[in-house]
Amino acid sequence: MAKREIGDVILDVENISLRFGGVNALSDISFDVREHEVRAIIGPNGAGKSSMLNCINGVYQPQEGQISFRGNTFKHMNSRQVAEMGIARTFQNLALFKGMSVIDNIMTGRNLRIKSNIFLQALRIGPAEREESEHREYVEQIIDFLEIQAHRKTPVGQLPYGLQKRVDLGRALAMEPQVLLLDEPMAGMNMEEKQDMSRFILDVNEEFWLHDCFDRTRHGRGDGHLRSRRGVGLRQENW
Amino acid sequence: MQQTFPGLLVAHAAQRPDAPAMREKAYGIWQTLSWSDLAAMVADLAGALHEAGLRRGEHVVVIGSNRPRLYATMLAAQSLGVTPVPLYQDAAGAECVFPINNADIRFAIVEDQEQVDKMLEIRAQCPQISNIYFDNPRGMRNYEETGLASLDDLLAAGKAFSQKNPSFFADEVAKVTSSDVAAMFFTSGTTGNPKGVVHTHSSLLDRASVGARFDKLVPTDEVLAYLPPAWIGQNIFSYAQWLAVGYIVNCPESAETVTIDLKEIGPTYYFAPPRVFETLLTSVLIRMEDASTLKRALFKHFMDLAQRVGPIKMAGQSVGLMDSLQYALGDAIIYGPLRNNLGMSRVRVAYTAGEAIGPDLFTFYRSIGVNLKQLYGSTETAVFVCLQPDHQAKADTVGIPCEGVEIKVAESGEILVRSPGLLKEYYKNPEATAEVLSADGWYHTSDAGFLDSDGHLKIIDRVKDVGRIKGGAFDGSMFAPKYVENKLKFFSFIKEAVAYGDQRERVCVMVNIDFDAVGNWAERQNLPYAGYADLSQKPTVYDMIRDCVEQVNADLSRDAMLAGSQVSRFLILHKELDPDDGELTRTNKVRRGFIAEKYGVLVEALYGDKTEQFIETQVKFEDGRTGAISATLQLRDAKIFTPVQAAA
Repeated sequence: MAKREIGDVILDVENISLRFGGVNALSDISFDVREHEVRAIIGPNGAGKSSMLNCINGVYQPQEGQISFRGNTFKHMNSRQVAEMGIARTFQNLALFKGMSVIDNIMTGRNLRIKSNIFLQALRIGPAEREESEHREYVEQIIDFLEIQAHRKTPVGQLPYGLQKRVDLGRALAMEPQVLLLDEPMAGMNMEEKQDMSRFILDVNEEFWLHDCFDRTRHGRGDGHLRSRRGVGLRQENW
Repeated sequence: MQQTFPGLLVAHAAQRPDAPAMREKAYGIWQTLSWSDLAAMVADLAGALHEAGLRRGEHVVVIGSNRPRLYATMLAAQSLGVTPVPLYQDAAGAECVFPINNADIRFAIVEDQEQVDKMLEIRAQCPQISNIYFDNPRGMRNYEETGLASLDDLLAAGKAFSQKNPSFFADEVAKVTSSDVAAMFFTSGTTGNPKGVVHTHSSLLDRASVGARFDKLVPTDEVLAYLPPAWIGQNIFSYAQWLAVGYIVNCPESAETVTIDLKEIGPTYYFAPPRVFETLLTSVLIRMEDASTLKRALFKHFMDLAQRVGPIKMAGQSVGLMDSLQYALGDAIIYGPLRNNLGMSRVRVAYTAGEAIGPDLFTFYRSIGVNLKQLYGSTETAVFVCLQPDHQAKADTVGIPCEGVEIKVAESGEILVRSPGLLKEYYKNPEATAEVLSADGWYHTSDAGFLDSDGHLKIIDRVKDVGRIKGGAFDGSMFAPKYVENKLKFFSFIKEAVAYGDQRERVCVMVNIDFDAVGNWAERQNLPYAGYADLSQKPTVYDMIRDCVEQVNADLSRDAMLAGSQVSRFLILHKELDPDDGELTRTNKVRRGFIAEKYGVLVEALYGDKTEQFIETQVKFEDGRTGAISATLQLRDAKIFTPVQAAA
């Protein structure tokens, strides 16, 4: 298998500033992400790492600056539009549906790609059934990739934390994103879970059919062999 | 008829081309491989391996879990007259060096990246390894070492080769005879290097067919292949018998999904060592504890009934009308659903072997209607020596000698076996072969045992551990430490036991309580305790353990040969025996000699008449530090029963 080479700039963040009232969350941040690159954003607590992701994600609207994705520049966009463009993310606090099975949780990641309407889906008739099978197959590939076969039908709330993180990643992958934003992918994990997660992130970038990958590692040591070549440092400033 | 493994494959593919041979779960759905598809795959692999330079008389290693394509490569190797050598997938790289060099192995067929890494790691010590093929390409993208290729590439090359040489495979298969070497299994010796046990096509297939006839296996039977293929038992159940009978072998998705796959497949023929049955039972009992009061009451009521009625029904005898009706009701609401939950709804025949199984455990499965039986055999005998017939399964015997087997008990008590399934030799090790295989064809099992009055074989212990009582009431009678220890360990309160008595007047035992079980019991009794040492010395705990010991004594007194092994005095140790302290082996077997030395004062006290003894011992903590713990241990007498001559 050919190793994927780092390509052109796919995501360009220019002079972003974000303020909450008098608090400067981000001031004049610029960086870019290239195709097939693993990029880290590091910084102490409160430096604005999650805020940065939320800007890219369309959750927050930065007061200044612009973000370009594949040449399309946008300034105000909601999170659905961002998702449709192919930017997926995982969450620091997991935001999974605790009572639903692993399969169903990952299936929700396919939501944007399901074409048949809610009634056909509810009754599982006509094209809806065929469509569900296709999406299920994709989800099964993710389950296989993330090695969570044994937990397919387990309610997510019953899984240990490290596995829940994996399901969260699986759900993001189900969107077939072009850029993957991982918010604290290793937080709260033990050494072994961190190593596993590092391997999955590398494999996502190199073997899975994603176009590229973007992530943000904790500033801790011992994150296995996951090292991004370029990092973005954020620091807290006095205001 | 001359039977060989590839010959049988070709026959199945010709006679029942579309019948399922194997199933494997891929992306959540069971995928079936038919006999004809399998045969085509094997033919391609054989052609490609030949083209890659593999030649008749060589060996190849196969390392991985149960994967259809690995089984196919074993068949491909055998078709070429090459001997497959399966190795344990969890063995460390260094452990693979000896077998690979011993058999001058150049070709390795492995499952995944983990195994490839292992092969690459030992390449410096095994420079002859030229070709490594892997089944699963996951994670293999950045490997650039020479001689590394995926099975997909190998199959593609094989397809091209088969098209050019359509008769190659059939010609090669025809050259294989049943007296050729079919496979080699390495057994881990306790000392020195492992020994390669060489089996021919005829020895493996003869035993496989005998076992299949004994249990009337049919092509529609289903097996779940989940134990390591390097172990001969797995090889017999999911390879030799698979080809001999033509049933369906199902490969689980991964090691973690076995219990789920078991439920989905519902095997009809099942094998597991006792600890697997124990784990399954424990998981059921734990879940029952959390069930509602009504469910718990129903479970208890019907399990009591099953304990009483089930074994009689299983023995093929009739029970009273009331019991029959009640059992049928129990079957509908408890036993049936329980079997279903365990994945054993369809099990016709289940076997356990490898170590002694507790009578309670054994009876539990039989009482809920699972036809669990025991067998006796080893790598050297191609498994089947003794088997329990359907209605004659007992917890403490291993069955009657099966077709073709002769058994005799030597002077020393050692069991000797003559059978068509015996090993050909130990590979390149004539001295070891001569040690176990006498010129007139008897194999020395190094197990001590005897045939009971019903003709069932009973295994007592390893020959070298069996001793004699000297002096006293039981002068000269046999002493089998492991037999006594196992009987004690069947009680959930006893974790380990160490028995002494060889060349002594009586038998004494040191016991380790099971902290979880006894601790739980103490909590329910409102018995406060400060820790392991404290709990172990509580008089009520001693009373309870004495009851266990006396039950064992009562049981032993009914045994004509082992009545002398009754335990007269015991103590409960203040610390758990631990491999870190050298008291247990890494596989958790007690090291009697070492313990006797380390706890010399205790052994002396047991054979003296003190009622308590002070002891101080060094312990090693997990972080490598050492410390000392001391305690004053009580010693207790246990009741000895007069032997009952009429064996119950």
